[in-house]
Amino acid sequence: MTDETLAERARDGDRRALARLLTEVENRTAAGEAALKTLYPLAGRAHLVGVTGAPGSGKSTMVAALTGEARKQGRPVAVIAIDPSSPITGGAILGDRIRMQIHATDDDVFIRSMASRGHSGGLAASTVAAAAVMDASGFGLIFIETVGTGQSEVEVAAIADTTVVVQSPEMGDEVQAIKAGLLEVADIVVVNKADRPGADRAAAQLRAMLTVGASADRAAVAAGRPRPKRPEVMLSSALTGKGVPELLAALDRRAPSPGSRLADDASLKRAEAQISGILAQRINARLHDPARAAARAETLKAVAAHEIDPFTAADRLLALLGNDSAG
Amino acid sequence: MTDASARPIKVLIAKPGLDGHDRGAKVLARGLRDEGFEVIYTGLRQTPEMVVSAALQEDVDVVGLSILSGAHMTLLPKITAGLHERGMDDVLVTAGGIIPDDDIPQLEQAGVARVFGPGTTIREVAEYIRANVKSRGA
Repeated sequence: MTDETLAERARDGDRRALARLLTEVENRTAAGEAALKTLYPLAGRAHLVGVTGAPGSGKSTMVAALTGEARKQGRPVAVIAIDPSSPITGGAILGDRIRMQIHATDDDVFIRSMASRGHSGGLAASTVAAAAVMDASGFGLIFIETVGTGQSEVEVAAIADTTVVVQSPEMGDEVQAIKAGLLEVADIVVVNKADRPGADRAAAQLRAMLTVGASADRAAVAAGRPRPKRPEVMLSSALTGKGVPELLAALDRRAPSPGSRLADDASLKRAEAQISGILAQRINARLHDPARAAARAETLKAVAAHEIDPFTAADRLLALLGNDSAG
Repeated sequence: MTDASARPIKVLIAKPGLDGHDRGAKVLARGLRDEGFEVIYTGLRQTPEMVVSAALQEDVDVVGLSILSGAHMTLLPKITAGLHERGMDDVLVTAGGIIPDDDIPQLEQAGVARVFGPGTTIREVAEYIRANVKSRGA
């Protein structure tokens, strides 16, 4: 089957074609790139919701609960769930579906697991492109669940319209809440597992710490200094369903409006993140072109032997790439 | 551009039916991870429809079914039939668990490519998959 028909069939609701296309996109094949040419102009309508947080905080269960809530309203939902690849063997265990299998046979829920394949930052390199394919295939709400993160994997905030950070009640004391990193990029912080003791207190602490300084924001922004986001703090239990409808409603309030794509911050950031990722990949591919193997090896050896510094080496290689359009 | 042959093989490990013993499935999943495969595990008590749907959405190369309950003659053919119905004849289907030798020919006829008995090593499974996974034309 030709790539165009694969793209057309995905767009027209053929789930098998969508799944095949996602594989092409994930593997960065020529067929995948060609299909994106057709589909990208059709995307840009969906609300991309990034869901991130520590391993075991309940991201997958939360995504499953939110999906269930959206399905009650008849809305199709797509999920991209990322788990880490082994840096040693390249293998991966993709286990997020376990929590979402309740939706497995619903044709209007499409769940795709992705291994990070060496990409750091909590996502896989093809995550945004995969989301665009789902978007063009008619999914208006797309959850992107990151790998279980630590304190600083904030890439998801650059590619999602709305970023949800899931916390468990055992998150630690108030100092954890004022550390830089993940919590600064959240639009919504959800204290999950509200059925457990300590959840209310954790939410109160987060609220107190994350909203502090809000009054200084306007002056800072006026002076051109960047300010962290002031997230909403919510309580929920993905297990019992408590707070889930409220969370979905809060997400919907943040959905981008159809016209806002032209210049809104999230869209520009996403465009930049995508293009820099692809540029890096293309530069690397050219660098590894057999025609340049000798020059590359020589430069690497020179750096290893401390004859030249790595910055000079990188400039040399870049200059070499600039000379032609091979690769 | 990634070389197609270099991309990891995607395997769905699924436990159809009602038995609650998934240590074997988890050990296999972990072992195949160490062999460089991308392994999707969907947990216990999956219906044939859930397994087929997960295989479709994940576009896997291999479906490995672990079953200890004795219901394999009912459940496994339902899964292979479901895969066939959704156009996934290029997916390699294997099974493992407690499956009597006498049942194997019938399962093979139903589209299960290989049944692994107790005592099979992870290396054997991995080598079988590498040798038999079907190459994909886009």
